[in-house]
Amino acid sequence: MINLNINNQRVSVQQGTTVLEAARKLNIKIPTLCNHSDLCVAGNCRVCVVEQTGARTLIAACAMPVSEGMDIHTNTLKVRNARKHIVELLLSEHRSDCTKCYKNQKCELQALANEFAFGDTIFLDLVEDHQYTIDRSSPSFIKDDSKCIHCQRCVRTCTQLQQISAIAVANKGAHQKISSFHDRPMSHVVCTNCGQCVNRCPTGALVEKTYIDQVWDAIYDPEKHVVVQTAPAVRVALGEDLGYDPGERVTGKMVTALRQLGFDSVLDTDFTADLTIMEEGTELLTRLKKILVDGNKELSLPMFTSCSPGWIKFIEHKYPEFLSNLSTCKSPQQMFGALAKTYYAQKRKIDPAKIVSVSVMPCTAKKYEADRPEMRASGYKDIDFVLTTRELAVMIKQAGLDFKNLESSNYDSIMGDSTGAAVIFGATGGVMEAALRTAYEIITGREVPFKNLNITPVRGMEGVKEATVKIEGCTDDWKFLEGAELKVAIAHGLVNANKLMREVREGKSPYHFVEIMACPGGCIGGGGQPIPTSMEIRKNRMKAIYSEDEHMVLRKSHENPDVIAIYKEFLGKPNSHVSHELLHTHYTERDNF
Amino acid sequence: MENKGLSKVDLIFEKVDPKEVLIKAFKMTSDEIIKQMLDSGLKGRGGAGFPTGLKWKYTAAEKEPVKYIVCNADEGEPGTFKDREILDKVSYKVYGGMAIAGKAIGARNGIVYLRGEYRFLLPQLMKELESFHKMISEIGYDFKINYCLGSGAYICGEESALFESVEGGRGEPRNKPPYPTTSGVFGKPTSINNVETLVTTMMIIKHGAAKFTELGTKDSRGSKVFSVSGDTPTPGIFELELGMTVQQFVNEFGDGDTKAVQVGGASGFCVPRKKFQNTIIGFEGVPTGGSMKLFNSSRSMYNVLHNYLDFFAEESCGQCTPCRVGCQQLLKGVEKVKKGEAKSTYLNELIKLADTMKIASKCGLGQSVGNAFRTIVENFREEIIY
Repeated sequence: MINLNINNQRVSVQQGTTVLEAARKLNIKIPTLCNHSDLCVAGNCRVCVVEQTGARTLIAACAMPVSEGMDIHTNTLKVRNARKHIVELLLSEHRSDCTKCYKNQKCELQALANEFAFGDTIFLDLVEDHQYTIDRSSPSFIKDDSKCIHCQRCVRTCTQLQQISAIAVANKGAHQKISSFHDRPMSHVVCTNCGQCVNRCPTGALVEKTYIDQVWDAIYDPEKHVVVQTAPAVRVALGEDLGYDPGERVTGKMVTALRQLGFDSVLDTDFTADLTIMEEGTELLTRLKKILVDGNKELSLPMFTSCSPGWIKFIEHKYPEFLSNLSTCKSPQQMFGALAKTYYAQKRKIDPAKIVSVSVMPCTAKKYEADRPEMRASGYKDIDFVLTTRELAVMIKQAGLDFKNLESSNYDSIMGDSTGAAVIFGATGGVMEAALRTAYEIITGREVPFKNLNITPVRGMEGVKEATVKIEGCTDDWKFLEGAELKVAIAHGLVNANKLMREVREGKSPYHFVEIMACPGGCIGGGGQPIPTSMEIRKNRMKAIYSEDEHMVLRKSHENPDVIAIYKEFLGKPNSHVSHELLHTHYTERDNF
Repeated sequence: MENKGLSKVDLIFEKVDPKEVLIKAFKMTSDEIIKQMLDSGLKGRGGAGFPTGLKWKYTAAEKEPVKYIVCNADEGEPGTFKDREILDKVSYKVYGGMAIAGKAIGARNGIVYLRGEYRFLLPQLMKELESFHKMISEIGYDFKINYCLGSGAYICGEESALFESVEGGRGEPRNKPPYPTTSGVFGKPTSINNVETLVTTMMIIKHGAAKFTELGTKDSRGSKVFSVSGDTPTPGIFELELGMTVQQFVNEFGDGDTKAVQVGGASGFCVPRKKFQNTIIGFEGVPTGGSMKLFNSSRSMYNVLHNYLDFFAEESCGQCTPCRVGCQQLLKGVEKVKKGEAKSTYLNELIKLADTMKIASKCGLGQSVGNAFRTIVENFREEIIY
């Protein structure tokens, strides 16, 4: 243990602890900007400078490891003056149109300015000296360089967590900026639109592209019938933007809020998550049969899930030779969109042209996905507008709803029913678990051999997880699988996806079925979720997801009554002709540069 | 104040038989070599002046099997050109110094990081390196040197930014600690030394530490190669014993009308005429990596300062706030004051900013911008304002 003094208080910490962490142990607050618990230390904003007795310069608390006998002071005049200067310097480069900024009151720079830089401005305005660009080219997010404070959180996110490097530091000195490949628009570089950068940007430099006004317009248009679907991960995170601690399940209140906002029908993406299991499970079993029994040489394993649009864009750019290994299933959002303007329209006897389909997603990549040209199977744009969890919270605040005191209510019928298998789609490993619960039962006629249906080996925050399920006691149709060991793997965060895909490329992958989610933790850690994010917050959301599952009466996708009904009335059977038209898609090879 | 006066020395460019010196060095133990360096009092010749013996001692103490000796030949400080001359004339002594360092710290690999603008020297340097490799294998010693070229960024002369550049990354300084002696290039213990330092180490082995300490003062041992430029009838490279005053230097090199000497380049200090007599060139006074620029009364010190600030605003890596934004503010600030668009008292705010940059910047670049700023503004305030 290392002993040191901070503000004359003694503290003992492990070797390797930073001064910042040691101070936190003493509940001494040192302001930070570039620091983020998910990312490596940068030490570049310098806001966290503190005084070390005997040192020539101030030290950055976030980057300085403790040493024996250190004497640290966090609030001396020297420190305060330097901090004030640093915040003022950042402000001088920053377009401070705070009252109109999307991040107003959620901006970390603004919070620091409030503490250190109120009153007269010391420095000259540099904003006009820079030719800042605002890049609105991506359907998912806006990159506004005039708000950038160069903390490089986004760069570290994109490089470290996602291994994409869509954004990187370019130029030096006064011209240094966060740029893209050859300074191209974000829509024209290798970017998965995952929004992890948006989730970690301390200011308004990276924000989702919002469609709030368009949604309000639709709601208030008497001609339009506006349906809304909510993704599994939204219900365990929305509360964070509305006064709850991370990990609070607010499903019922959210449904009531959506109804009070004026949506004509409040439905659940979980319904199409269950449907995905039916379609994707069947696809997997058919593929296994074709390969193992029929000796089909054109198909190959593993089969990959296709729910995560960030992952889809990733594989299209990075591993296009494996596009045929992707499940052809659309994501639950897009299945829902296609059905809302066909099945739902027919059942409710509404002209699909008058339906506006809105989804609330934990995700920014979903905005891009909804804009894909192939996502118009209904004859219309299947999903009109995608809102993030954060945008929904904004709408709830705009409408003045007292969220905490809302009564809970249930989703509307037709495409509103769901099971516990669907809700766990929101956490890494969830799709796999849901698929196994159903597939095992199809093959053997028995429930998966895990206590209380909880397939724990596929759960948790480990980057790459794997599991083997031994298949025994097959029904007659599936005898060819008797005794087989189904090998599955799960990766979340594109750095881990990359790890797994390299193995696949090298032919070292033993798996039959692989689930990949672009974001750390899966959708609960999505780029559209409330800010801030951290491992602890994601774990709390994950806990809530599994608790939501346990509280459901039905916990297997094939038992969802709405799913049974839609096959009976509309789709026929899984992977039917109609299914293929509406619920399946194809992929596009994209450049990798 | 110890004053040695001005005397020319011929140590760096002195012809030696490298084989003889190296055989002598390789017969010594690592501790013996390091002791020679410590006894000599040699401080790094790149400008920062860290004791070379200590640097080697720390690196030698690391347990890692793979270590590196890096020669910093990214000579970018405005007004210095002595490393180019050293490489051009006596590169074999640079290589020799690296081999001695390698022996001292336990490194089998050396890297010369050569300033991109010096690429034209490379064919000759490679040829000489080949002879060196041949000679060293004749001695039966295992040591290899590779070249790595910079691309023109001043910041890559900062040791940790240099490592990043060698590794293929963007030239951005790292957080310290860990220091290079623990984790340098490729994360391995590294001793990074200036071109001239390495040559000097070879000469210390040849002549012995005792002989070396006869030169210079208590705080600044030995001699130093100076790059003399500006308003001087005799610009060029001169090796001088350390410990002279600026006045003695000006007497030798000035044009009779010298009003200021910028010691240590853009990141160094401006010494005005009234302080010539009492300022020693060396670590007890104004240190320098070799750059000595003389200005006569025809020069506007505003232009000099503006030039330096413009340089820093361009050459900051842009990573840390105080340096990236501070440089822009200092530049724009003096422009405003000059144009009368800001009050002259705004200079006081700017000096405070320069002080913040000195204590809050991440690396030596941002920390030293204030040196020139403060000394020019304080000594030539009227030239900045009017």
